[in-house]
Order: sequence, then structure tokens, then C-alpha cells
Amino acid sequence: MALKIVKGSIDRMFDKNLQDLVRGIRNHKEDEAKYISTCIDEIKQELKQDNIAVKANAVCKLTYLQMLGYDVSWAAFNIVEVMSSSKFTYKRIGYLAASQCFHESTDVIMLTTNQIRKDLSSPNQYDTGVALTGLSCFVTPDLARDLANDIMTLMSHTKPYIRKKAVLIMYKVFLKYPESLRPAFPRLKEKLEDPDPGVQSAAVNVICELARRNPKNYLSLAPLFFKLMTSSTNNWVLIKIIKLFGALTPLEPRLGKKLIEPLTNLIHSTSAMSLLYECVNTVIAVLISLSSGMPNHSASIQVSFSRHAHTFSLKYLGLLAMSKILKTHPKSVQSHKDLILQCLDDKDESIRLRALDLLYGMVSKKNLMEIVKKLMLHVDKAEGTTYRDELLTKIIDICSQSNYQYISILVELTRLEGTRHGHLIASQMLDVAIRVKAIRAFAVAQMATLLDNAHLLTGNTQRNGICEVLYAAAWICGEFSEHLEEPMATLEAMLRPKVATLPGHIQAVYVQNAAKLFATVLRGQEGAPADSTVAQETSQLLIDRLPLFVQSSNLEVQERASCILQLVKYIQKLQQKDVEVAEEVTALFAGELNPVAPKAQKKVPVPEGLDLDVWINEPPSGSESEDEGRKSKGKAVFAKDESRHTKPRYTEVDEKELAKRREVRKAEQANNPFYIKASPSSQKVYQDGVGVEHIPVVQIDLSVPLKVPGMPMSDQYVKLEEERRERNKADKKKKKDKKKREKGEKGRRRRGDSGPESEEDITPAHMVDIVTEEMPESRDNHIRSDPDL
Amino acid sequence: MMRFMLLFSRQGKLRLQKWYTATAERDKKKMVRELMQVVLARKPKMSSFLEWRDLKIVYKRYASLYFCCAVEEQDNELITLEVIHRFVELLDKYFGSVCELDIIFNFEKAYFILDEFLIGGEIQDTSKKSVLKAIEQADLLQEEDESPRSVLEEMGLA
Repeated sequence: MALKIVKGSIDRMFDKNLQDLVRGIRNHKEDEAKYISTCIDEIKQELKQDNIAVKANAVCKLTYLQMLGYDVSWAAFNIVEVMSSSKFTYKRIGYLAASQCFHESTDVIMLTTNQIRKDLSSPNQYDTGVALTGLSCFVTPDLARDLANDIMTLMSHTKPYIRKKAVLIMYKVFLKYPESLRPAFPRLKEKLEDPDPGVQSAAVNVICELARRNPKNYLSLAPLFFKLMTSSTNNWVLIKIIKLFGALTPLEPRLGKKLIEPLTNLIHSTSAMSLLYECVNTVIAVLISLSSGMPNHSASIQVSFSRHAHTFSLKYLGLLAMSKILKTHPKSVQSHKDLILQCLDDKDESIRLRALDLLYGMVSKKNLMEIVKKLMLHVDKAEGTTYRDELLTKIIDICSQSNYQYISILVELTRLEGTRHGHLIASQMLDVAIRVKAIRAFAVAQMATLLDNAHLLTGNTQRNGICEVLYAAAWICGEFSEHLEEPMATLEAMLRPKVATLPGHIQAVYVQNAAKLFATVLRGQEGAPADSTVAQETSQLLIDRLPLFVQSSNLEVQERASCILQLVKYIQKLQQKDVEVAEEVTALFAGELNPVAPKAQKKVPVPEGLDLDVWINEPPSGSESEDEGRKSKGKAVFAKDESRHTKPRYTEVDEKELAKRREVRKAEQANNPFYIKASPSSQKVYQDGVGVEHIPVVQIDLSVPLKVPGMPMSDQYVKLEEERRERNKADKKKKKDKKKREKGEKGRRRRGDSGPESEEDITPAHMVDIVTEEMPESRDNHIRSDPDL
Repeated sequence: MMRFMLLFSRQGKLRLQKWYTATAERDKKKMVRELMQVVLARKPKMSSFLEWRDLKIVYKRYASLYFCCAVEEQDNELITLEVIHRFVELLDKYFGSVCELDIIFNFEKAYFILDEFLIGGEIQDTSKKSVLKAIEQADLLQEEDESPRSVLEEMGLA
């Protein structure tokens, strides 16, 4: 026994204390992890000792290791032991460790309740202090409930040191255990008039925080706070009070009126930026609630604030405050547009982003072009990709509100490199081109030039890269080829060998649209019989170039190319016989493609005589075959009959089977001692509901499209869509067509938008005739031999 | 209310972390890692405030240490800067020309000072003098406790 003590003691002489540990870690930079794991083993040994000093040392080291990121929750019990030491030093260490690593799910927290209670009533104020501080970090609802009373008594302790801490910790306790607020509240109010300024400011603090969460209850205290505000010179306290008033004013407009006077005084008199900022924020809040004619006043304050902002921090805050004003008084912010535009040039990216947000909110008819021009300049200058992408999305957002000059901007955007929004741009272009007929001619011309310059863009083969735009370009040229001035040239451009380097889906579009262009060319040529050679040349061109696509690795491209190749060969034969083929070829691609609403399918009425719920074939035979299958599986590991495995398991079992199975199961469960029965209510529900048919089918409203960041159309078009749907329901005609036109649109996905009527809220610059059809036209009139089908 | 305060060096080593809400270890580590990345990537002339998740981050660099606080949405960022500055002043007064090494080797003292200044994420006492006085008294109390005992006594042999 004595030997053990001696042995243990000698080990203790070589214990590392905290300093040694830190030094050791710093010296072992290469094998830090290994060194630390040896230290942890040593610590575990130390924790097994009885000596509290040793344990405290170990816990102290553990705290350090916890800070470095190592998990020390296994030592929770030891921490509690150290907390219960009578010596202040060790107690302090214990509480520190606890505040660092205890949280709600630490089980030993229950053990601490009594310990904390003892410490709270200790004669030594520092014991109490340390307990309060530690408690504030790991207080749980249970602890709060148990200790609330003790803390409340402490609020009236003789020492202000303790009173202060007690008051502040009450806030934490309230958060976890709200019922403690009621009894504690009168005491809290008393503390507002405590002689000690520390306690007073603590009370102000707590009440301010509480009031922010629930302003109604604290309105009665407003006069008291008013007095405090006018009398106090302590900036910290003032800031809290002002913040409190900011929370109260929405409820009490008269308060707001009274506040403006002292607040403006403070603003003009104080030199502390923080106080100024708080005052400004509150003034904004007050003005919002008053909605009086003082926006210019506040705006001027704002401007002076940002203008004098020599640090970026203040500029940032100024912009933040302006965006708050923007929500309610947009006009006052508009006059400071130049200032904001200046901020766009700032080096700090967060400032630039804020300014961008502000601009977006400020956009109106008049300054749209100016702002967009400025933004375009920026896009050219901006190197960082995130900022640039932000810019792009913002530009597209702004422009999508009005189609004016949209196309040219889009084309300019495509000339930029290194952006990920090719897809976005592409869909926008398609959108605009389809819907706004008047712009089609212009769009087509632009697209043609784009295709000619395609070699500039083929370098970028990212998924979302700019080459997506070529997709749009090709499609637009093909679909609206009647506007093309030189269809031959464009056809050439589309079939260049370099096209084969583009991603597969783009090539497919190219091929398809080449076919459409071919039709246009033929139509144009066949007016004059003397030019039949040109027509034949075109066919020859196609026949020469298409085989390259037929050999493509992409299935889609192959398919389309080979179909069209055959078609062209056939047409060539006909041409050699001098047959007019133009009509028929054009008929291949006749008909306008319109966007289809996602709900269109639902609107198609189910034809009579079709019952979708009836089994089409005989249901597969019942459980016997399954049993057989199982048995055979048992005998032979590798079942010869593969089809059995793939048979659907949900065979239609009739009522009797179900009831029988239920009985068997219940008997089993009753006999099984380990089975935990479900609560009776849920069982009852199960008994009542028989089979799947009785589960009520609720229509899920899919009218809200997915919010895809960067897609500008969602909100607006959802609203319009709903309006139009009401209207359409009134005069809907029954159509029999089931074919989804979406498929015919070459796999292009529409996200929840459909052809809108002329937007009521935005009057277009020129009358545009926008396509309004939602349902695809019936199949009988338009036959398309689409290779897809 | 302040949610947490972190101190870390330019090389990304954490020197102090104080959390005023109980969070799980895993989340703490993740947050610390992310935040360190974001703050260390900022250039010197940039704004001291940024938005991260649903909190506002206020940071300031003193010599080689970054002092970083996370406050809630409605809190005043400028006052948080003041809080950071006040804490640095306290450390300075206590350690006498504080440097990073002081905080490394006496990290528990740094925590104690922080605990006297902030509790539950709110300011306890705005007077530097009273905070320092409280810490000094607590230290005295600790020294009284540790009455000189010989090594043998400590080991329990005598």
C-alpha cells in the first residue's frame, strides 16, 4: 500500500502542468497529434488519482486541448468533481472547463445542480461569481427551472458585484425557462434604480433585450427609460436604450414623435460613431412607423453619414441603412443614386454587393438604361467571378422587367468570357424571341452573326458555358428562319466541322435546325426554276456534311443526323427528277412551337371510356406463386427463373387476406415480450383505415415553381400565370390532343412559366404581339415527323 | 447578444473561443473552421463587418491576432467593435503590454478576464477599473488558497 503511494507520488512529480503542455505542443510541431495523444493518456492517468490538485491540473490541460479542437466530453464527470472542490482555484478551473464543453445533452449536468446551488449561497462572493459565470454558458431548461429562485434572491445581494451578475444571468434563464419571468420581473424593475451604475446598466441591458423579443409588455416602462436616456451620459447604456425605443415605437406612435427631438439632438452632438449609427437606425424605424413627411431629413442624415465615412466599415453601414430606408421611402434614396453608383467602384466586394442590391431596388423606367449601361461597364472591368455572376444575374433581373433592347444586351453578355450563366442567357434569349414577335427579326439577325463567330465561343466547353448560347442561337435561327437574310450562309455556318467539338445536346440542336433551314432554303429557291441548281447544291452540302454528325458519339446527334441524312437523300432523288419538294419539306416543320404550361397535361380531359385505375392486364396470381418462388429460392441459390425476382411485390391482396394477416401479427406481438406496443390511438387508426384507397388524396399545389437562383422569371410569371389561369378556365375548349409538345421542343425544360399576355403592369415601349397559346394545337392539323417520336 | 467570440492567429491557430450559446462540438468546429477561412481571406482595407449565415460578424486585427465576434441581426456592430477594443485594453492592463504569447500560456486567465467583462453575451461592467479590480481580488483569493506546502506534503507522504 505504501509502495503504491510512493510509486504514484513519484509519477506525480513529473506531471506536466499547463505551461509544460503548451511548450511541449509548440515544440512538437511535426508530430503534434502523436504528442497530444500521449498527453491525453497521461491526463487519463491523472484523472484516476484521488488528489484533487492533480485532477484540477488535468482538467486545465484538457480545457486547452479542447480549444485546439480535441473532444474532451469523456471527462465530463471529472470536470464535475473538480467543480465541487472547496478551493477557489480548482473550482474556477472546473467551471471554466464546464462552460467550454457542457451543453444540453451532457448527462452529468444534472449532478451539477446541487453543487451550483451551494456555490450560489457561498459566503465568498467570488465563488458565487464564478458559478454564475459558468452557469450562463451551459444553462439548460432543467437547470434554469431549479435555480431560478436562487438567482432571484441573489439579485438583492449586498454586493453589487453579485447583483450585476445575477441580473444579467436572469436573461439567459428567461430564455431557457420563460415562466421564471413573471415572478422575477418586479425585482428586475427595481434594479433599474439601483444605486450602483453597474447594476443599473445590467438591468437596462436585460430589459432591453427582453423588450426586443416582446415589446408589448414593456411599454409601461417607456417613461422611465426616457428619463434615463436624457440623464445618462454613458454611451453604452444610451445605445441600449435607443435600441429599445426602436423596438417600442412601432407600437406607440406618440412615443415616436416625442423621440425625434432628443434623438436628433444626440445625432448632432455626439462624436461617437456607434451612438450615431444606433440613433440613425432608430430614427429610420421611427419614421417608418410614422410615415410622415420627413424622409428627406433622414436621407440627408444618411448622406452625411456615408460621405464622411472614411473607413469602409462606415460606408458599408451607411449602405445598409439606406437599404432599410429604401423599403419604405424609395424616392428619397433615388436622389443619391450617384453616390451609390460610386460605391460600385469600391475595392471592397461586400460594399459592391450591397450597392448592387440597392440599385436593383431603385430601378425605374427612367434610369433603367443608365443603370444598365453602368453595370455593363462594370461587367467588363470585373475580374472576380462571384461578383461578375452577381452582376449578370442582376442585369438580367433588371432587363427582364422590360424587353427593350434586351436582345442586344444579351448578345453583349455572350461576348464575355468566363461566366457560368450561359444557360441562363440562352433560356432568356429563347424566351424573348418566342414571345415577342416584333423583336424576332432583330434577334435572328443577331443570332446569325453569333453563329458565324461561333469559333470564338467553341473554346469554352463547360457545362454551363457560353456555348449554351449557341444552342439558343441555332434554335432561333432555325425556327424563325423566314427572317434570315442569308439562310445559305447560316446553314454553312451551322455545318462547319468545328461544330463537332461542341457538347452533344448543342450539336443535336444544330442538326435539327440545319434541317429547318434547309426547308427555308428550298422554299426560297424553288420560286425560280433556273436556280434549281442551288437547291441541289444545298442538298449536296447537307449530304456531305451530315455524315460527320452521324458518326458522333452522342446518341441524340447520331439519330437526328441519320434521319435527316436519309430525308435529304430522298429529297435529292426527287430533285433530280425535278419534282417540287419545297412544299412538303416545309410542311415537315410547319406550325409554331409554343411554350406549354406544366399544368397543361392536367387540363387535357380524359377521353370517355378510359379508366386509368383499372388493371390493364390480369393481376398476377396471388401469394401462392410467391411462396413457390421463395421455396425454390431456398432450394437453389441461383434461381433459374429471373422473372420472378422482378415481379412487383405489391400484389393485390383481398380483404380477407389482410384481416387474417393482421390477426396473426397481433397474436405474435402479444406473445412477444420485447415488442413495444404502439399507443392505442394509432392502433385504432390502423384498424379503421382499410387499404390504400381510403387514404385521402390531397392535391398538391405545384403552382409555385422551384425557386432557382438566378432565374428572374419566377415571381412575376407565377402571378401572371395564376391570373391567366382563372381567365382560361372560363373559356377553355376541349381538346383531344395528348401529345406533349414539350417533347417536341427538343428536351428544353420550361420552368413553370408559359406565354404571358402583355404584362399589365409594364407598358411596353412598342406594342408587341405576344403569343398566348397554352395548349398545343391538335394533332390533326399539324403533322410533324419529329425523329424524337 | 453576442453568440460567440473567437481569437485566432494569422496562421489559423485558435487561441481562444468563448461560446455564449450551448452548441454541439461538431457544429462549433465547423463554424470555427468556416469563419476562420472567411476572415483570413479578407484584405486589410476591407470593412470590419460581414454577414455570415444569419449572424453578423465583427472582426478586428490586433498585431497578429484576429478578434472575431458574432452578434445577432439587430445588434449594433459599432458597439461590438468597442467591446472588442475594451477587452483588448483589459488584457493589456492585466498582462502589461500583452502579446500573443501571453494569451497562449495564460489562456485560462484570459478566459477569466473575459468572464468578468461579458456574461451571457452581454456587457457586465463598462468600467475598466471595476473589472480589473474584480480580477485582482479573485487572483488574491487564489493565492491565499495556495498556501505554501512542501512537495512531500502535496504528495501526501507527510
